[in-house]
Amino acid sequence: MKSTIFKVAANYLLPLLLLFSVFVLLRGHYESGGGFVGGLIASIAFVLHFFAYGLESARSFFRFSTATLIPIGLSISLFSGILPMFAGKPFMTSLWFKKPVAIIGSVGTPLFFDIGVYLIVVGVTLTILFTISENVK
Amino acid sequence: MFGAVIAGFLISLGLLLFGKYIKSKYFFLLALYPISLFAYFSGFITKINQQLDIVYRSEWVPQYGINLDFRLDGLSLMFTLLITGIGSLIFLYTHKYLYGNKHTDKFYAYLTMFMSSMLGVVLSDNLIALIVFWELTSISSFFLIGFNTEDEKSRKNAQLALAITGIGGFFLLTGLILSGNIIGSYSIQELLQSRELLHNSPYYLPAIALIFLGAFTKSAQFPFHFWLPNAMKAPTPVSAYLHSATMVKAGIYLLARLTPAFGGHIYWNTTLLIVGAVTMLYASINTLYKTDLKGILAYSTIAVLGMLTMMLGIGTDLALKGLVVFIVAHALYKASLFLITGIIDHETHTRDVTVLSGLREVMPLLFGAGILTLLSNIGFPYSLGFIGKEMIYESTLGISGPVLMWSIAAVTVISNIFIGYSGYQVALKPFVGPIPEKFEKIKPLSVFLLLPPVLLSVAGIFYGCFPYIADEILLKSATLSVTRHFTDLPLKVWHGMNLTLVLSILTILAGAALYIFRKQTHRQEEKMELLDAVKPEQLYNYLKTGVKRLALFYTQVMHNGYLRIYIMTIILFIICVVGYKLFTEVPIQINTSSLSTFRLYELTVFSIIIVAIMVTIFTSSRLTAIAGMTIVGYCICLMFVFYGAPDLAMTQFTIDTLTSVLFVLVLFKLPPFMKYARATIVTRDLLIAVAFGTLISIITFQALVSPAEKEVSRFYADNAYLAAKGKNVVNVILVDYRGFDTMIESIVLTIAALGVYSLLKLQIKSSDKE
Repeated sequence: MKSTIFKVAANYLLPLLLLFSVFVLLRGHYESGGGFVGGLIASIAFVLHFFAYGLESARSFFRFSTATLIPIGLSISLFSGILPMFAGKPFMTSLWFKKPVAIIGSVGTPLFFDIGVYLIVVGVTLTILFTISENVK
Repeated sequence: MFGAVIAGFLISLGLLLFGKYIKSKYFFLLALYPISLFAYFSGFITKINQQLDIVYRSEWVPQYGINLDFRLDGLSLMFTLLITGIGSLIFLYTHKYLYGNKHTDKFYAYLTMFMSSMLGVVLSDNLIALIVFWELTSISSFFLIGFNTEDEKSRKNAQLALAITGIGGFFLLTGLILSGNIIGSYSIQELLQSRELLHNSPYYLPAIALIFLGAFTKSAQFPFHFWLPNAMKAPTPVSAYLHSATMVKAGIYLLARLTPAFGGHIYWNTTLLIVGAVTMLYASINTLYKTDLKGILAYSTIAVLGMLTMMLGIGTDLALKGLVVFIVAHALYKASLFLITGIIDHETHTRDVTVLSGLREVMPLLFGAGILTLLSNIGFPYSLGFIGKEMIYESTLGISGPVLMWSIAAVTVISNIFIGYSGYQVALKPFVGPIPEKFEKIKPLSVFLLLPPVLLSVAGIFYGCFPYIADEILLKSATLSVTRHFTDLPLKVWHGMNLTLVLSILTILAGAALYIFRKQTHRQEEKMELLDAVKPEQLYNYLKTGVKRLALFYTQVMHNGYLRIYIMTIILFIICVVGYKLFTEVPIQINTSSLSTFRLYELTVFSIIIVAIMVTIFTSSRLTAIAGMTIVGYCICLMFVFYGAPDLAMTQFTIDTLTSVLFVLVLFKLPPFMKYARATIVTRDLLIAVAFGTLISIITFQALVSPAEKEVSRFYADNAYLAAKGKNVVNVILVDYRGFDTMIESIVLTIAALGVYSLLKLQIKSSDKE
């Protein structure tokens, strides 16, 4: 893609879309949204950048391979499920803090579970896309 | 008690992760774990002798009656002490045996895992928990047999053992669930009290048949015995611990444990009697034709396992007491024999009985241990083996029916002669005679190697001289758990001059005579191998090749590599199954009166979809086709928005975008677009598409007619905020109610990503080679 307009737009859209994806992730518990959609939106943000600036530039956002996001996300999800077991409750019982935190809202284990899903989705989508595009050339 | 079992799994995990940072000289410290367990369980001896069972309860899946209940009674205590006691010695022995091996940490990890699983098996008071631990012993055994991963034979034999014991495990699981359903509980304690119910149930026979299959595979009974000699590929400490002293006795343990519930039935006793006797005779004859020390020991172990099964079949109080005594006696002497063999192998690098001789000059202490062990093995007076063997002979002579009695007694004596003979081969032959030059330079043995067999052999003699000590602390209460009533059968060294003593003396003398006049040679072994073609092992081989062929056939038929064929198969399958169910069982009603009319914007979106589909089908450019499909996707998003499903719409929108991106990425790689579909294929696809579309439409109409179940959605709507503190029901379902599903789906996604990644990366590598 050589279009300057597209490149400049992508520059501005990346942070905006990422912010939006986090917003969608966090509001998921009360309004439409959630970790899955949030993760997809975040992936689209990076894909946009990848179209505008190429694979190397898109990869450079990640210090490690995008695939590392997957185990990190899985661990967060799993950990949020195991956490209640330390409190003597069955696996995946939701636990919540009493007072909601400013901006984020209520914080509890389902939120961490959702964050885990978000990271898995970003990891999976980008790994698949980047690997395929790398091999197509 | 719970902690004692679980701690082993944690230690095992820790060893697997961080074991490589432990220096080799510190590995013996791991023996502290089994030693402390031994001390811990010894502490219960007085309580158990007062008939106070130690019970620990913990819920696991209480809804299904699956609980991690542990109960320590006489029988369990005997096994726990054997497992932890011999385990301690094995841990020490391994330290020296595998000194300097790169993977000692892993070995200890598997060994610890095995020990905990075995403790779980003998302590479980719940059938399902028992089967879980049972399978864990099979798995850890697999790792231990295949420990030398670079040896192909070792890997194959590990697979064989896992296959046989694994299949047995399936049968056992079925059998235990069946018996659990008969009595309506998985608690072993309740099972033991439901004798009448079980015996009168029409499912009694299938239940015991399945349990037998499980126990026989594990305890290497004929015709499933062949995995055990093959398992001798494992390092010797493993053979000593798993494949003679503990794991193979799990089947015996299970049968003994269930005897109060199932025993006393003609099917139960006759089956055990016959299978046990056949196994015993078959295996003991095989010991004559082996030249590998471990091969001899493997078959003599199988013979003893057969003998123990036979004792369960006889089922009298005397037989059960004899069983308990002989389990301990055999564990002590057979573990010791294996450890002696291990030392010989370790020092001389051969286990060939025809080569070994004269080792008493270089390892005198081990020779002493060998002699003491041999006494117990051949059943010499003042050894525990003698007492056990006396009881076995006495109980075979108590079988009703003279024909059966004399034939079983004769078979038992013959087998015991052969077992005794194998003892001479292993414990005496390598030590006596002239010493070959190559063995003269053997250095004095390490205490880690020497201590375990010495302790075991001394224990066998000690309890043989003072049998009432063993009886008072352990064997009496162990017998009580099997017979369920008090038995007045004190253990005595001297039974008086009677027929059993004559038989015992005959056994010892005949064994010695065989040893003096017969030589184990390779030629005999080779002759015996000619019979391999008709051995039960072949059955397994047929099964293995059969499964492979089936897999190949299936792969060729079902996995032809064409995406369009896969999709066609899937859709045809759905049409057949769903269509059949719909047309045969549901009265088709189409009620058009409840449908609302088209609104203008719906009509617009709908027409766009139709046009986009037409474009997709008839275009000759891939890019256009992709654009068409994307448009269809976006229009469906709009539909979701119209009907109040914003979450779905958002997800569909993002997914559609990403899919189009993916398509565009691979577009250039695809071959040029060609219209090669013939008219017949087009017609076929058209028919399938129309059929599928019609089916879905009918189902949709049908769904409108059937009274909608509002309860499920109301439940979620009502509880989402109260119980899960969320207002977005869809998301609450995803992360909370059905969180487990979401987690599994995340894993599926991960697998997909890994699949793409590895497929493409591997392809690059293979092209690099070219």
